[in-house]
Amino acid sequence: MKRLSKQQYDEMTKQASPKSKPLQNCLWAFGVGGAICLVGEVLRQLYLSAGLEKDIASLAVSGSLILLSGIFTALGWYHRLAVHAGAGTLVPITGFANAVVSPAIEFKCEGLVTGVGAKMFVIAGPVIVYGVLASEIYGLIYYFMQKMM
Amino acid sequence: MECCKRGDTLFFDTPPIIQGFAAVGGKKESEGPLKDHFDLLFEDNTLGEETWEKAESALQRYCIEQLLKKTDCSMDGVDYVLAGDLQNQCTASAYTLRGLDVQFLGLYGACSTMTEGIGVAASLLAGGMANRIVALASSHFCAAERQFRTPLEYGGKRTPTAQWTVTGAGAVMLCRQGSGVAVNAVTFGRVRDFQVTDITNMGAAMAPAAAETILRYFQDSGKSPEQFDGIYTGDLGDVGSQLLLELLHQNGLDIQNHFDCGTMIYDMQTQQVQAGGSGCGCSASVLAGKLLPELQAGVKKRILMLSTGALMSTTSVLQGESIPGIAHLVELVSPKEGER
Amino acid sequence: MNFLAAFVVGGLLCVVGQLLIDLTSLTPAKILVGYVVAGVIVSGVGLYQPLVDIAGAGATVPLIGFGHLLAQGVQKAIAENGIWGVLTGGFVAAAGGVAASLTVGFLAAVLSRSKDQN
Repeated sequence: MKRLSKQQYDEMTKQASPKSKPLQNCLWAFGVGGAICLVGEVLRQLYLSAGLEKDIASLAVSGSLILLSGIFTALGWYHRLAVHAGAGTLVPITGFANAVVSPAIEFKCEGLVTGVGAKMFVIAGPVIVYGVLASEIYGLIYYFMQKMM
Repeated sequence: MECCKRGDTLFFDTPPIIQGFAAVGGKKESEGPLKDHFDLLFEDNTLGEETWEKAESALQRYCIEQLLKKTDCSMDGVDYVLAGDLQNQCTASAYTLRGLDVQFLGLYGACSTMTEGIGVAASLLAGGMANRIVALASSHFCAAERQFRTPLEYGGKRTPTAQWTVTGAGAVMLCRQGSGVAVNAVTFGRVRDFQVTDITNMGAAMAPAAAETILRYFQDSGKSPEQFDGIYTGDLGDVGSQLLLELLHQNGLDIQNHFDCGTMIYDMQTQQVQAGGSGCGCSASVLAGKLLPELQAGVKKRILMLSTGALMSTTSVLQGESIPGIAHLVELVSPKEGER
Repeated sequence: MNFLAAFVVGGLLCVVGQLLIDLTSLTPAKILVGYVVAGVIVSGVGLYQPLVDIAGAGATVPLIGFGHLLAQGVQKAIAENGIWGVLTGGFVAAAGGVAASLTVGFLAAVLSRSKDQN
């Protein structure tokens, strides 16, 4: 059989592969992602009017959304929504919670310690690792800039 | 002389016979266009088991049971079982065979396992090393998903080139002689890697291997595609099938009668399987459920069957390796077909 | 008005993620990491707080808001503890969300089981 270069075969593959539909996908992402944030804002206003401090209200919003996402995930609804919503369910904090809860459920059969415990952050772990590292680097810069001023 | 090897292809003078076959499937398969071709279908993909891995072993167990029932055999008369699946270290098969007292060879050819098994079985039989061999392959959507992709409850969107792992198993009983579908020739494949790294486009990764094997078979046999009722690939899906035809065309072979088990087993319009079905169980169950019965009845006279496999692992993919493909071919002839 | 801003800003931040999925070969995990790191940077240069003031949860619920939270946490911790705040600030700020997620994850694992998608 004739050999093809990587470029030639890549081109053939691109031609043969159906395209994803960015416009349709973006509309879904916008609608669902926006709706999740709207729920967050409604909750925030509720918590604020109940007399919570701003920071605590934000934390309560995150906690509530994480709980909702956990329930949706456990009932098998979250991924059904995500099949359409794409980034709309990935980017909000509910997506982070889904990424923690789903491996916890999935790997339960490999034990509470070696399954649930070890695998819980298998998807979401990198977000924490690089988020905290970035915050440390930012912190160093911030600290020395303050010293200089 | 019992057989000869020309080029890459083994030709059997006294072809081993496929005496029986059985196919079982899961829920999505029971909603697809081939639902009437399965011997057993399960609405509940757990099959009553605790884990998805055990569920896959249960699929295999039911499949072997059906095969033994249909062929009126017991395991005592079987020399070897050749079986494979997609789980790490081939455990679905090993745990199935734990319960059966028979000599066992575990095969790993990824999704190419079914025809690899039939090919090895036919070779052993033609060489006089055995009288009766069972070849078996399976896959389970949930077991594959949690091993290769993400947890089942994780929310993610599938790309249009992704394929849906078939929950199913297929088994065939091969004998040295008797009446049934004949395995006339076998072409074991060579690994081909056209540098595809997209894990969600396995059809593209496997198409070159399938093209290579088909070209070699026709070169070795001197036959032409029109002599067959169909050339069936295992799980190239929409994308891989299109690439296969194009690759063959570039090498001077145009085939009009190509079909892919991955696009036959599901309704591509309504079942939301993106580019089609995949997994060892895809070609195994379509072959054992639909193609072999049609050959047995004489509806089809002569076909080529190629199961296609993608030989990467989750580790190799993360290390940036491209995906090597493999395809093994068997030529199957109906008992109703006079010698051509 | 607050609600409309939350919906639109939150939705648009998700659209950016969707475009990254559709138009690049980045995997979702890498996109999320990118969002958080971007959040730290954007917040660090002072551009994110104004968006939070306008859109509320529309800016804090998407993961880029998590980066903002981390950056703010570090600032606060440095103000309180000096250089040691560099180490503690991020984790302290992230603690609520991470602890909530792992608690819900553990409970879900105990109460639920893996389900078929077919």
